[in-house]
Formats: sequence, structure tokens, C-alpha cells
Amino acid sequence: MSRLELRHVRKAFGGLDVLADISLNVGAGEFVSILGPSGAGKSTLFQLLTGAEHGEGEMLFDGAPLDDHGRHFAFMPQRDALMPWRRILDNATLGLEVQGVKRKAARARVAPLFAEFGLAGFERHFPAQLSGGMRQRAALLRTVVQERDMLLLDEPFGALDALTRTAMQRWLEQMWREHHWTALLITHDVREAVFLSDCIYVLSARPARVLREIPVPLPRPRDPTGAAALEAEILDILLNPQPSKGNDHD
Amino acid sequence: MVSSSVALRPLAGSLAKAIPAVLSVGLLLVAWELYATYSGIKPTILPAPSRVFQQAMLNREALIDNAIPTIGATLIGFACSLSVAFVLSMLVDFFWPLRRALFPVFIVSQTLPLVAIAPLVVLWFGFGLMPKILLVALVTFFPTLVALVQGYEATEVEIGQMLRAMGAGRWRVFMLARLPSALPYFFAGLRISITYAVVGAIFAEYAGAAKGLGIYMLNAKNNFRPDLVLAAVGVSAALTLILFGLTVFLQRLAMPWERAGRQPARKGARR
Repeated sequence: MSRLELRHVRKAFGGLDVLADISLNVGAGEFVSILGPSGAGKSTLFQLLTGAEHGEGEMLFDGAPLDDHGRHFAFMPQRDALMPWRRILDNATLGLEVQGVKRKAARARVAPLFAEFGLAGFERHFPAQLSGGMRQRAALLRTVVQERDMLLLDEPFGALDALTRTAMQRWLEQMWREHHWTALLITHDVREAVFLSDCIYVLSARPARVLREIPVPLPRPRDPTGAAALEAEILDILLNPQPSKGNDHD
Repeated sequence: MVSSSVALRPLAGSLAKAIPAVLSVGLLLVAWELYATYSGIKPTILPAPSRVFQQAMLNREALIDNAIPTIGATLIGFACSLSVAFVLSMLVDFFWPLRRALFPVFIVSQTLPLVAIAPLVVLWFGFGLMPKILLVALVTFFPTLVALVQGYEATEVEIGQMLRAMGAGRWRVFMLARLPSALPYFFAGLRISITYAVVGAIFAEYAGAAKGLGIYMLNAKNNFRPDLVLAAVGVSAALTLILFGLTVFLQRLAMPWERAGRQPARKGARR
């Protein structure tokens, strides 16, 4: 059963084609990745979903056209986008405050989650006092407490050092196993996509089209060493792109 | 841990940082004193700092009496200028074409020579408080406005995107993100304009006033009392320094995260 369904979505800025033809499905409780080279327009796709931009093609949520964008998605931008002037607790409640939840009630809803996100004891700290990994966990906490239907994660670990990134990927995989969020992840990291996803859509360079849809049948919890063959196959697709279907756009 | 020792440590630190400044000012005063004493120059041309200080003490009542209207004009003028700059900065942020309409006018207002404008403003508005307030506002308004508008623009793009994705409208985005983002810029602008504010008030008084440091300086000069002119200059410098220190203090109060960010978290990270 698919929650989010995109059919032949296209987007051009001025005369520049950014998204040529994107079709994809995200089922309930599924973790789906969009994998593509930098500058392929992956973030543009999220702008379409959150309603910041408008494109062509069909975007369906639970079978109905997307209209009230804010209702379905909780969006986590590339950098953590924590507000330096708010304490971690107040950063975490931001989405709820925007929804109109009173500050006290919002805090009460968020506070029990700090331990699970490895942030217990840091509620009163400012973001600048936290490490990069902790900041990303705080940003994810801010995203999931909004209790939207689906998470949109835009290269959430792109700015972290390699070691922290790996730690965060393992942590996120474990969190996902517990919560089964419906999630769409943008990344250009093949290993990250294979490690986290149920399904991967490999995009071409701009103008972006779907080169291949790759299910990831590996058992969970994921074993970081068992994915080498799949990673090699995807790298090959990315580095030697040949459109699989008859897309004759340009 | 005793809390006072925690409070004292930054104080001791800032005192240590002040030592070079105290030394350089002290050196300058010593050189001046020596020159005025041993070069045979007349005290009616260049009084020694010790004489300036002594005369300031003797005339302290008159100095205080004249400083009060100057402080009043500075603070009221500055408050007016801040309020108007804040309202206008918001309008400019919401209606961008306003910027193109208004900024040229404000830039021209900054090129007006105070020497020419001050007597005219006194001519139009009399010897009361009004012309002083106007001149203080004139010199402090633009730096504050520019700082605020730039500060709004400095809002992290991703924070704006995220808030809109959360469903926030323009007003919410302004209040939640753009306004707090502008705070460091605002205080930078405040520190610049506060140093102009006292000078602006004194200029206005110089052009005509019943009382005030400006008119006091003018009278002292006309009576060939450079020592009293310098004493009044010292008072105005002290005023500016106090106001400057006040803005630094206010900034610390308003932006506690700025200092917190310089010290890493004490508590150990949990994985």
C-alpha cells in the first residue's frame, strides 16, 4: 500500500530542466532513499513536496492529490537548522509551537524522548554547546515529534565527519526498526542508502530521471559488511548511467 | 562551588583585558602633563590634565547640571530613533520595494553636515528639547536601520525553509527566525550609533540651548577656559563610554547563547 506516489514529476527553473521524470512510491512504514549525484535536483523534489515550489506531474498522498503540504511531511533540512538562540528543548518543540501547541504542553510531549535520542541532560544547553552528531539527533527529534505522516530527510548526515556519520547511520537504523517511520531520504552516499533503505531510487545527473528502482532485501538489523555486492552494483549504475527505460526527453 | 567565584572569574578576565588600554591612555596623559608643565605653554592655550581634572572637580556642580539635559536629549532621541528604525526595518523586510524608495533618502540624510544642520534645526524648533532629539535621531537612525535590515537578511535559509514546511506564515517566520537572527547585527549597529548619539546632542546644544554640555563648552571657550572645555569633553566621553558599556551588558542579557557557545558542554555525551 503506497502512501506517497509520484507520477512523472517534472520541474524546470527558467529554461533549466532540473527534474526530467520522477516516478516513485513510498509505502507505509517504508524507508525509501533517493540516491543521486550532487546537484541532481534531489532537494528540488523536497521543495515540491513541501509546497515551496510547484512542478508538473502527479503527486498523490494516500491516493489523493497533495494539496495541504504541511499536513503530511516533517522536513529535516541538510544542515541541522537548529536555532542558536533556542535551548535544545525549545528547538525540539518548534514544530509543535508552529502547529499551535502551547509551549508547556509541547515541552511535556518532547521531554520524554530526550533519553531515546541520546540527549538526556542536554535539554537546557544551546546548540553551539553540542557536538555535530548530537545536533543532528536533536534535529531529528524536532522532526519526528511533529507526528506527521512521513519524514523527509535531506542529506541529514552530509555535514558530519565520516566516523560520526557511520555512528549516526547505525543509530538511525536502530531507531527506524523501533518506530517504523515512513521516510524518504535524500543522499549521495551509496553505503548510507543501502544500509538504511527498503528501496532505493537511483537518479541520473541533471535533468534528473529515475535510472533504476532497487529493492534492498537485506535482513534487519542490517549488517554493514553484507551489502558490498549491492553497493558495487549501484555505484556502477551511478558512474555509468544508461537509462533503463525508454525515456527520450532530451 | 561558591557561585561568587564563578561570577568573579569573567570579571577578573575582563579587567586583565583592560590593562593595555589603561596603559596606553595613562601614557598619553603623562606625556601631555609633562609637555604642559615643562614647555612653558600657557594654561589658557593647553592646560595640563591635572589642571583639567582639578577645575572639573571645582566646577562639578555646573558640569553635572549641564550634563543632565544632554543625557536626557541623548536617551530620548535615541529611544525615538530606535523605535522608528525598528518599525521601518520591519516594513522594509515585508515590503521589499520600500527599501528602494526609502534608502536613498536616508543615505542623503547621513551626508548632511551636522555643522550646517544643527543651527537650522534650532532655528526651526527653538531652544528646547525638540531640536536635540531630532539631531540625535538623525545621526543614530540610519546605522540602526541598516543593521536590522541586514540582520533579517542573515537568517539561515534552511531555517526559513523548515519553518515554512512546518506551516509557518511570513509573520511567524519573522518572529521565530528573522528577528532573533538580527540580534547580533542589531547590537553591532547599536554600539556604533550610541557613540554618535552623545556627539549629536552636544552639536545641537552648541547651536543653541539654555543648558547642556554643548552650550557649556561654547561658553567656556568664549571665556578662554580651555580647561573647562576639556573637562566637559571628558564628561561627554565618560557618558559615551557608559552608554557603550550598557549596550555590551544588554547584549549579554539578550543573547545568552552567544557566551554559552564559547564553552563546550560540561556534561559527558551519551551515545
